[in-house]
Amino acid sequence: MSCSSLRLRDVRFTYPGEHHEALQGFSLAVEAGERVAVLGPNGSGKTTMVSHLNGLLELQSGSIEIGELEMSEANLREIRRRVGSVFQDADDQLFMPRVADDVAFGPANLGVSGEALDAVVRRSLALVDAAHLAERHPHHLSGGEKRRVALATILSMEPHVLVLDEPTSGLDPAGRRELIELLSTLPQTQIIVTHDLPLALQLCPRSIVVSNGVVVADGATRDVLSDTKLLHAHRLELPFGFDPTSV
Amino acid sequence: MSGSHLSGVDGLYVGRQSPVHRLAPEVKVASLAVFVLLVALTPRRSVLAFLCDGLAIVGVCALARLPFRRVLKRLAVVLPFVAFSFALPFIGGGDKTIVFGLHLSSDGLWSTWNICAKAVIGATASIVLSSTTRVPDMLTGLSRLKVPRILVAIISFMVRYLDLLSAQLGRMRTSMVARCHDPRWLWQVKPIASSAGALFVRSYERGERIHQAMLARGYDGTMRELSTPQAAGHMWFSATCVPLVALVGLVGSVMR
Repeated sequence: MSCSSLRLRDVRFTYPGEHHEALQGFSLAVEAGERVAVLGPNGSGKTTMVSHLNGLLELQSGSIEIGELEMSEANLREIRRRVGSVFQDADDQLFMPRVADDVAFGPANLGVSGEALDAVVRRSLALVDAAHLAERHPHHLSGGEKRRVALATILSMEPHVLVLDEPTSGLDPAGRRELIELLSTLPQTQIIVTHDLPLALQLCPRSIVVSNGVVVADGATRDVLSDTKLLHAHRLELPFGFDPTSV
Repeated sequence: MSGSHLSGVDGLYVGRQSPVHRLAPEVKVASLAVFVLLVALTPRRSVLAFLCDGLAIVGVCALARLPFRRVLKRLAVVLPFVAFSFALPFIGGGDKTIVFGLHLSSDGLWSTWNICAKAVIGATASIVLSSTTRVPDMLTGLSRLKVPRILVAIISFMVRYLDLLSAQLGRMRTSMVARCHDPRWLWQVKPIASSAGALFVRSYERGERIHQAMLARGYDGTMRELSTPQAAGHMWFSATCVPLVALVGLVGSVMR
């Protein structure tokens, strides 16, 4: 399975009808295979940034490269294959009436069909330990199962980069632990947007803090989470009694 | 597939091992459509033809090992539709007949019979389909029958999000009840109207997010075929038996 680096240079973005820039010159470089946590308060531009990574928001200014591919209309299809997004609400991601059909949706759009498509579906579900859920209706899955299946819908496209928006929100502790274990086994470059700071520490050697549409801190997760002034300035809080230096 | 999680749209399915359950979904959908069409075309005075149709569909129920009590309960769905037909013998014109001392229009009586017979037979056939075929399989059947994919996609989204919508509505209702909302009069409907509005806006927003999720996975406006046709020839042969009964009944009554 391949990994890609990604590079954003001075990306600026304003939502239609608004004056305030959601991204105000956002720059970030991530090496292939790296796992990076994106931290920051609500409304800081994290989701706007990740929506740019597979072209869901059109680039207004600046540049984005996924591996050697520059973000452009001509490359959009390949970029969407390379960058897999797992959305915050798994119900938005699982829109087909059957889990197997949902996992097949992406590869079918890429032209895979017949036996090859069935094989991809089986392989992807097995990767997230959800082969037994193939025939189930997504509505009947638990939160943790939905999250794993949502990941399978992306893995079936053999992405180089995984973008996960709040992957642990709404999960019970066991579901959260299982998801963390699963993510730690996946070799792809991972960009994890989260308010779950212990998750960032457990999964990501590197973290960035986003505030007002720019990167205000970039470093080792342990260092970022130990900087109480930085956390306080950007409305980030560790759980009560959690000490990142003692983990 | 686990059968322990049936609710919402799959709540109609009756899990049994039977030849009817095993038939390919497209075969059942096509056979239902043809059968219902033929029953609808049958002239109303062909009592024998309706009797044959009814017996055929009861036979399929038995073959599918469907509990008759449950089928009868579901048949209650036709009651509001046929209820008005009972007024026809009283308001119909033409020749009059005396039934239990009442002067009734014979044309009206035939109309009542026609509506009731067709509604009950058609609804029973639909109950057989919904009890022996899961909704996702029906959708697969529709796409194998070459129903335009965009139509199948719209139905499948409706099926997928119906449960979610009703759960959301349930949560809203609970939150109203929790704050002592107990509507009894027309002027108390405002919160219900606002919650319907909120539900509409939330559904619209969800629609936008789903579209984004589809785009992110390479959707370009065309729904791709996800499964290949599988119905074997013998399935088509056995499924034509029921519409054949209706066809014989129809032809027989027309020729007479």
